[in-house]
Amino acid sequence: MSVLVFIETENGLLKKNFSQIASYGVALSKKLGVKCIAIAFNTDDCEKLSEFGITEFTVFNSGHKFFDCLNYVNIICNFLLENHCKILVTSSSADSKYIGPLIANKWDGHYAPNVVEIPSTDKNFVVKQSCYTNKAFSYTEIYKERIVIGVSNNSFMPVKEKSDCKVKFENLKDRIKTIEVLSVDKFTGRKTIADADIVVSGGRGLKGPENWYLIEDLAEVLGAATACSKPISDMGWRTHDEHVGQTGKPVSSKLYIAIGISGAIQHVAGIAKSKVKVVINNDPEAPFFKSADFGIVGDAFDVVPKLIQKLNEFKSSS
Amino acid sequence: MCYNIKCFIKFEKIYVVKVLVCINSVPDTTSKINFTDNKEYDSTNIQFVINPNDEFGLTRAIWLKEKQNATVDVINVGQSQSDKLLKKCLAIGADNAYRVNIEAINGEMVADEIINFIKSKNHYDLIIAGRESIDYNGGMVAGFIASKLNFPFVTNCVGLKIENNIAYLTREIDGGRENIKCNLPIVVGSQKGLVEESDLKIPNMRGIMLASKKEIKVLGPSKYVSSSKIIRFEKPSEKKEIKMISPDNLDELIDILQNKVKVI
Ligand SMILES: Cc1cc2nc3c(=O)[nH]c(=O)nc-3n(C[C@H](O)[C@H](O)[C@H](O)COP(=O)(O)OP(=O)(O)OC[C@H]3O[C@@H](n4cnc5c(N)ncnc54)[C@H](O)[C@@H]3O)c2cc1C
Ligand SMILES: Nc1ncnc2c1ncn2[C@@H]1O[C@H](COP(=O)(O)O)[C@@H](O)[C@H]1O
Repeated sequence: MSVLVFIETENGLLKKNFSQIASYGVALSKKLGVKCIAIAFNTDDCEKLSEFGITEFTVFNSGHKFFDCLNYVNIICNFLLENHCKILVTSSSADSKYIGPLIANKWDGHYAPNVVEIPSTDKNFVVKQSCYTNKAFSYTEIYKERIVIGVSNNSFMPVKEKSDCKVKFENLKDRIKTIEVLSVDKFTGRKTIADADIVVSGGRGLKGPENWYLIEDLAEVLGAATACSKPISDMGWRTHDEHVGQTGKPVSSKLYIAIGISGAIQHVAGIAKSKVKVVINNDPEAPFFKSADFGIVGDAFDVVPKLIQKLNEFKSSS
Repeated sequence: MCYNIKCFIKFEKIYVVKVLVCINSVPDTTSKINFTDNKEYDSTNIQFVINPNDEFGLTRAIWLKEKQNATVDVINVGQSQSDKLLKKCLAIGADNAYRVNIEAINGEMVADEIINFIKSKNHYDLIIAGRESIDYNGGMVAGFIASKLNFPFVTNCVGLKIENNIAYLTREIDGGRENIKCNLPIVVGSQKGLVEESDLKIPNMRGIMLASKKEIKVLGPSKYVSSSKIIRFEKPSEKKEIKMISPDNLDELIDILQNKVKVI
């Protein structure tokens, strides 16, 4: 019996969240007294896993450079069966949420997404999950033997642990081509909300798309991703993939800076998992101040340029 | 005359796509979430709405009906409170509304009920469900339906066109988009971007009149054994006090972010 961790890759490299997912799997496997092994596709970036306690790493070459949903599902399901796994650990990325339910069903397992802690296993297997767009948590008892866990972003910190990790390479033979990915458009050069440690977000207080240089420049000095409130993408000032909140993208970054955003309940729900929230708004009564950690009452057009300047000075002096 | 013939030929070539849209009823996004004894969701004074992701999917389906002659059915697994929302779907333009009369307790069960329903009908070419519900955020119903029917599945869908039995889809991925081609039948996970917000339909008088004449077809549930159970809920701990910083003292903010909370 073992715990299997699905490690995602991009352009041949492990995705940034690999250490969180691997550490989660290792912690859970220790609790269950079993070993923790890992699987990935199309990579030779194999050294890193031995720093996080994984003992076996199998890499499949799928012969296809895009995310190959149905083939990945088949390979992972077979692998789970062959290795007598009880638990599959995945992340909360778009790709993991895509294949998670498909694997769970095919493997006859239970799918538990948005898991925020290591499950308790005293009597029954109980997972804590965030629900109602982070407005609450639920504790769910699972009666199935096999479980697919989707670990919520940034809810488990990586733990370094050296291990002797055996790496194995395999090739996929008969690729099914039911779903054919024709091409991928990447937003090049842009940090993504899903991946970024810091997110700088703008709302209607910025008055117009021509003022977005404020958000972009601040994001640039901080190495942050840019985001926005819903009306901003509805009006076409920014693209849809930047809209955060209950009906947009969830944010679970270390730092979230909201500029000219009022803090409507639907917006705040989506960023509840961010660790530190800074709000800049010229209205001291803005609801956002109720859920932020640090607040500045001031005009964005005055505060943000000053902040950018200070950060630049601070960067060049350190 | 000539024009008519052309029109006829054009119509003949287009395959009539049968669409099913899954409709979940969720608390309005402004709702405060409360629980009774931390055991059960407290729905007093809560207004329920169509899950936003489903509404985007339904609107795209109605577009297919208007442009390509598709037929559009909607289904909900739930109790009579959902009827109001199903009526809205009919008023927007859905052809038939079905409801499996049982309280939805988890995603797997909902998927099972919907599959039972699908199998009792002849066939659907396109099944649309939301990427996820904004209540439990399960994100599993669509995938489970696809997997159990052995249909291909494309979720986070922000583009959908159908030409001659082939679906051309765009899937949003972290940091980009994928362009996908797939034969029907298919299951699609819908979300914002599949249609624009401004394209969402508001029922008009004619639609409401038509809908009032249509019946919601209520179906009996099948036997289902649950593989999980929510044993309790918990609300996040209340926020600590906010610290205000003067706009003239941005050094303090930078110092805190760097040295105290260590995020930059
Ligand atoms: C079903 C539904 C779902 C929704 N989902 C989402 C969602 O997922 N995400 C989301 O964001 N919203 C969502 N909304 C919309 C939400 O209710 C708010 O309308 C929206 O978040 C407001 O955006 P905003 O804060 O940018 O604009 P506003 O509410 O107009 O706020 C602008 C803020 O900028 C401040 N301001 C103005 N000038 C300046 C200045 N010079 N300097 C500094 N500050 C300034 C103002 O004081 C104000 O607080 C949803 C709504 C509905 C009905
Ligand atoms: N009770 C339900 N009845 C009909 N469709 C549902 C129901 N619950 C969920 N769905 C569909 O499945 C999608 C994903 O739901 P979930 O897996 O709960 O996040 C929703 O957006 C709906 O389209």
